[in-house]
Amino acid sequence: MSMRIGKNKEKSKHLKFFKKIMSSLLKFSLFFFLLIFNVSNSSSAEKQEKLLKQSWSFDGFFGKFDRASLQRGYQVYTEVCASCHSMNLLSYRNLSEVGGPSFSEEEVKAIASKVEVLDGPNDSGEMFKRPGKPSDKFASPFANEKAARAANGGAYPPDMSVLVKARAGGPDYIYSILMGYTDKPPKDVKLEDGVYYNKYMPGNKIKMSKPLSQDSVKYSDGTPTTEEQLSKDVVTFLTWASEPHLEARKRIGFKTVVYLLILTVLVYLVKKKIWLRVEPKV
Amino acid sequence: MSEKDSNFNQNEIKPVHTNKVGGSPFKGVVGWIDNRLPIIRMFKYEYLDFQVPKNLSYLWSLGGILMICLIFLIVTGLALGMHYKPSSSEAFTSVEKIMRDVNYGWLLRYAHMNFASFFFIAVYIHIFRGLYYGSYKEPRQLMWLIGIVIFFMMMATAFLGYTLPWGQMSYWGATVITNLFSAVPLVGEGIVTWLWGDYAVGDSTLNRFYVLHWLLAFGILGIVIFHVIALHIVGSNNPSGIEPVDTRDTVSFAPFTTSKDLFAMLIFLLAFVLITMYAPNYLGHPDNYIPADPLITPAHIVPEWYFLPFYAILRSIPDKLLGVIAMVSSIAVLGLLPWLDLSKVRSSVFRPVWKQFVFLFVLDFFVLMYVGGMPAEGIYVLISRVGTVYWFLFFLVIAPLVSLTEKPLPMPKSIHEYEDWKKQGKIKTFKIF
Amino acid sequence: MSENNNNSDKKNRRDFLTVATTAVGAVGVGAAVWPVINQMNPDSSVKALASTEVDLSKIKEGQEITVLWRGKPVFIKRRTKEEIASAEKVDLKELKDPQPDNKRVKKSEWLVLVGVCTHLGCVPISGKGDYGGWFCPCHGSHYDSSGRIRKGPAPTNLEVPTYEFVGDNKIKLG
Repeated sequence: MSMRIGKNKEKSKHLKFFKKIMSSLLKFSLFFFLLIFNVSNSSSAEKQEKLLKQSWSFDGFFGKFDRASLQRGYQVYTEVCASCHSMNLLSYRNLSEVGGPSFSEEEVKAIASKVEVLDGPNDSGEMFKRPGKPSDKFASPFANEKAARAANGGAYPPDMSVLVKARAGGPDYIYSILMGYTDKPPKDVKLEDGVYYNKYMPGNKIKMSKPLSQDSVKYSDGTPTTEEQLSKDVVTFLTWASEPHLEARKRIGFKTVVYLLILTVLVYLVKKKIWLRVEPKV
Repeated sequence: MSEKDSNFNQNEIKPVHTNKVGGSPFKGVVGWIDNRLPIIRMFKYEYLDFQVPKNLSYLWSLGGILMICLIFLIVTGLALGMHYKPSSSEAFTSVEKIMRDVNYGWLLRYAHMNFASFFFIAVYIHIFRGLYYGSYKEPRQLMWLIGIVIFFMMMATAFLGYTLPWGQMSYWGATVITNLFSAVPLVGEGIVTWLWGDYAVGDSTLNRFYVLHWLLAFGILGIVIFHVIALHIVGSNNPSGIEPVDTRDTVSFAPFTTSKDLFAMLIFLLAFVLITMYAPNYLGHPDNYIPADPLITPAHIVPEWYFLPFYAILRSIPDKLLGVIAMVSSIAVLGLLPWLDLSKVRSSVFRPVWKQFVFLFVLDFFVLMYVGGMPAEGIYVLISRVGTVYWFLFFLVIAPLVSLTEKPLPMPKSIHEYEDWKKQGKIKTFKIF
Repeated sequence: MSENNNNSDKKNRRDFLTVATTAVGAVGVGAAVWPVINQMNPDSSVKALASTEVDLSKIKEGQEITVLWRGKPVFIKRRTKEEIASAEKVDLKELKDPQPDNKRVKKSEWLVLVGVCTHLGCVPISGKGDYGGWFCPCHGSHYDSSGRIRKGPAPTNLEVPTYEFVGDNKIKLG
């Protein structure tokens, strides 16, 4: 009996020690990261409106994209954004890949075949147009950057492939921009022609007119087409576009953490056993 | 003629031993190989039987952790190099192709990115450990110097690597850092153009940076081997700073130190996995996902977090040349420490005054890191100047002064006595360190 | 007695612990190595191009075209009646790699072959050799009008890729 108690005590001692190590390591790394976070955060935030924080389906340790939202978001992109914004890094085949909007391969073929793609040269040396294939990249609205600038008053509508990762605040930032247009800008702000007021844009001036409003896209699945919903869907789609392997990353990440925890405990016990040879318990 | 020269006198007849086969403690096939190529016995002596102070804390695990980081960086780098294209028109898209299309490419790239950061986290702890416990003192000065060379090479490698994705921060970081060389009087501009191979950072620059990134990565591996060889000659320092005397003071490297280091490595890996898998871009900058554009500079150019303290030192001085000199010497001055700190006592545990200054130095490091990430205006300029002054004061004035005037605490005679004192509460140290 | 038992218990537990830890560790190392190995396999953009459609309508009888598929040449030959007949009447016992002609074609008029010699990977030349098919210039392998190896060092017949007819005059490779 008494031996057992002794053993238990020893065990709880181990546990306490382990806990201590973990907590001090955590504290240390937290301190470290908070510091860095403060540095990187505060440098980009000068007198900025706080972003509209949304709870996204892809947040958190087990976050996944909402498939229906991704599909609707793709619809918003093609019907609204795609008239100015390219997405050069994506191919139509991505739309049916695992972890994405999960269109069926047939649907993707149909989507791709609606676009005309310049191919060639053919046997007589001429370029020709053909219907798109799933392996083709997303069609661009403009032939090149100069053409895009010319059509948009000198401003280049940025490529949207990695847009979410290229902006501090990520999805919340894009969402806030979409929701941040006001009809009446503050009186002290002077807006030139073709410039619009946006609460969340750094400097508050944006060259894109308000892209989304109530019912600017018609959903076929009956989801209400409010401005919030449209924005949320398109941001979800853009987040997937910039991080297509997010689901796999979180899944593998979780498995790895669990695995490492088990191995860490095992190694700790082995280490303790080994060190008993030179540090017998008093 | 001196005696030394007579060794090479070919006219004198002496026996020679060109054949040194033998001496292996092993038998069989292993022995046969070891007799001819004594790496197996070397491994046994240096990694299994090697005597290590018994009282090493987890801070001494950082060396092994760094080795793991370096190996992982090289392995993931090799894999990435098989897909990356070092040209200004293809670099960005090839990285994105790795992120999207290559099997597990996203994992390899995020791991490489974050291992670089964790490499620096580990190396900073490693350096501060050396600072606190006087690991730079006789007989470990050379090892310390090699360590500083490694640190310089790490910084260069990290900088070159950060250029490769060819995002906005890559491009402008490369522009700003290479322009540091223009501070050199007379030939500065020439050097910069030579580095670029162009009149601005461009295609040629990227291509050579890629090659140099590889070269330096393996260069680090080589110098690290020297660092480790030196360690195996002088032996590990320990929290008491007292050299081991007998077997009561030491344990063999395997399985004692190995099991302990392994545990520390796993904790380190856990932190790494959490960041890499759940916040992979946390330590990076969003602007680097915008393709490089030579026409637009981002609003705030910030180097990677691990350069911030030195960036702060650079910016704290209003003169171009002096700023660059200050930045370089802020690291180089570490190399003088073994000759500036004249105290015979190694460990700060017995140096109550010096200890306070070391802690202040660590604080200074973090303060500089903080201001390095802030815009260079207003109060931040003042803070960075105070920080810079303390940085140099610490090495050039405080170290010699304190070492000459400070009265060390009474010291035990051996490591096992140190351990006894610790148990009796005569020495106060940190619980896990 | 009980003390002894206890000791061996302890020892067993330690051994078990070490073995278990090593095993768990080895699994982890294996899992970590896999991405580094798998990254060398064809990526998803390469896989997406794995199938190509070829229009056959412009090929006349007796003509042959070569198309690139998965980085390799593919021979598509519209065979003449004589070629078909000679390919069909070959005695299988004469062949190194016996395969009847009708197993190598979907429509006997169209012969589709991966144009890579099964010896060491060179591209055979059409219309040469002793058997009215292909001849590999590298080491002298002769193929007949069904792409079967007849003479020379190549061990097997020219490979028939996976393909299907989509419509009368179109095939899809892959």
